[in-house]
Amino acid sequence: MSDVLTIGGKELTNRLFIGTGKFADHKQMGKAIESSKSQVVTVALRRVNMEANEEDILADIPGHVTLMPNTSGARTADEAVRIARLAKACGMGNWIKIEVISDHKYLLPDNEETTKATEILAKEGFVVLPYMSPDLMAAKRMYDAGAAAIMPLGAPIGSNKGIRMREMIQILIDEIDLPIVVDAGIGKPSEAAEAMEMGADAVLVNTAIATASDPVEMAKAFDLAVKAGRAGYLSGLGPVSAAAHASSPLTGFLG
Amino acid sequence: MSFYNKFLEVKDIPFHEHFQAVTPLAVERVLQKERLTEEDYFVLLSPAAENHLEQMAQIAHRRTVQHFGKTMQLYMPLYLSDYCVNVCSYCSFSLTNDFPRRRLTMEEVENEARVIAKMGIKHIILLSGESRLHSSVEYLQECVHVLKAFFSSVAIEIQPLDEKDYRELFEHGVDGLTVYQEVYNEDIYREIHEKGPKRNFRYRLDTPERGARAGLRSVNIGSLLGLDDWRKESFMTGLHASYLQTNYLETEVGVSFPRMRPHAGSFQPKVNVTDKNLVQALLAIRLFLPRAGINISTRETEQFREQLIPLGVTKMSAASSTVVGGYSEPNVTQSQFEISDDRSVEEIKALLRSKGYQPVVKDWQLI
Repeated sequence: MSDVLTIGGKELTNRLFIGTGKFADHKQMGKAIESSKSQVVTVALRRVNMEANEEDILADIPGHVTLMPNTSGARTADEAVRIARLAKACGMGNWIKIEVISDHKYLLPDNEETTKATEILAKEGFVVLPYMSPDLMAAKRMYDAGAAAIMPLGAPIGSNKGIRMREMIQILIDEIDLPIVVDAGIGKPSEAAEAMEMGADAVLVNTAIATASDPVEMAKAFDLAVKAGRAGYLSGLGPVSAAAHASSPLTGFLG
Repeated sequence: MSFYNKFLEVKDIPFHEHFQAVTPLAVERVLQKERLTEEDYFVLLSPAAENHLEQMAQIAHRRTVQHFGKTMQLYMPLYLSDYCVNVCSYCSFSLTNDFPRRRLTMEEVENEARVIAKMGIKHIILLSGESRLHSSVEYLQECVHVLKAFFSSVAIEIQPLDEKDYRELFEHGVDGLTVYQEVYNEDIYREIHEKGPKRNFRYRLDTPERGARAGLRSVNIGSLLGLDDWRKESFMTGLHASYLQTNYLETEVGVSFPRMRPHAGSFQPKVNVTDKNLVQALLAIRLFLPRAGINISTRETEQFREQLIPLGVTKMSAASSTVVGGYSEPNVTQSQFEISDDRSVEEIKALLRSKGYQPVVKDWQLI
């Protein structure tokens, strides 16, 4: 059975996306990406050293993955657009994860500015994946603006708290006709599985892998969890009964 | 809007008595919490909290790795000028100190930049003595123009400026501002800043806010530990940082805890701030402000800096010279303060790697 996720014309067979920001070293990051079998890796342009040397983060990302540069550090739509264009000019392809964060206390995304940037960059031919606070109206606007997928946060970034926005994300999964990639907040493989069981199309994980005692093994664990969650979703989860079956039925008299 | 109002509210509380009154139970209660209030932060700075440093360190380490990863931002200072119009009893650049002053020409700025860039550093901070004549906005703009070719982030630590000046510098590519209040005790502030514009406590206190309003991406504040009770000074610094974080959401707020070092003048620290004290100050602020940048400079010794790496620090300077022209022409003129860690960038990188940290030389891109 083939289960393919198509984003921006690319056919992905693996539904775990990896973030690169918090690893202890680039070599370890490269190995973790390999063991995760991920096909999409996000990199902050702010961290890319244009003059290639041993510090170059791109050198340690396996060549077969799709690079998804992100606009980390942007505080406005305008800054995000400029970063995206720079990333393209640097030869990092035309995928872009838009991050517009004007709140340095919680690092929550600014949906309004993100939508603006989405519209501008989609028109310029970018494959735009906006990172957002799960909100149906905002997601609809991003859809209208030309987003290729929607990336709602599961919980505040770096919090490792799991899918705290569960109800809101479920609404996006049910209502938005775009791939939904749950990004941020996933702290354990079981939580990645939970997102996939809900029907998310993919998840993005950074902190939980990069800061594990053994990032390479943890990456593998996430790969398995995402696959398990996806398989669970596809095979149709059994109905969950809210209460035990009553031993004294209330409608027994109907015969 | 100004932090000064908050400052007025708290400055006269009987700090000493309140710190002494904190109980071990109060400390334990704070350590169970995830989000700390100002009162909780106060508790962590108390003598009672000294017995909980290991527990605080474990939490601080966890939170820092969670939010920043196993990374350490490296940067270097670049001294442009040592002309200064202030008379400050603790600083070697003080107007009354007699030594040949110097300001770098653009050619010299470029020479310095070339040496720093060769070491692989992409973030620099420009420093000068406080003189609107010698480190003028126009001069700084010229410098930034030269430096843009070498670096991806340029910050400043110079005399406080007006908001419009910061806006102008921001438009020319300056993205960060460091300004230390030095001491939050107004009486001591007036006593040690004997002459010059720096005597204006309020203007200096409002400087980070002017920078934030002008759009600068990051603002870094701090107090010079050793000038007054470090518990109180740390508390004020934390309140100030928290105020900035809350009121200027777009600005990344960072804190430093520079400790007084010996220098050419005869001024000696009023208070002896021990290593243990400094560690407590760092841990307390990390727990209070989990996302704030924390910076540790080469004023501290090699051995001590090494121990601080996992305790919440996110930024370090390396191979620093505090002398104008000190990178391209070593052994000239007067340094602002003596550095205690003179290891090269490569040595610092190797050290970080050995501790399981990724040295980050670039974390912003001029756009």
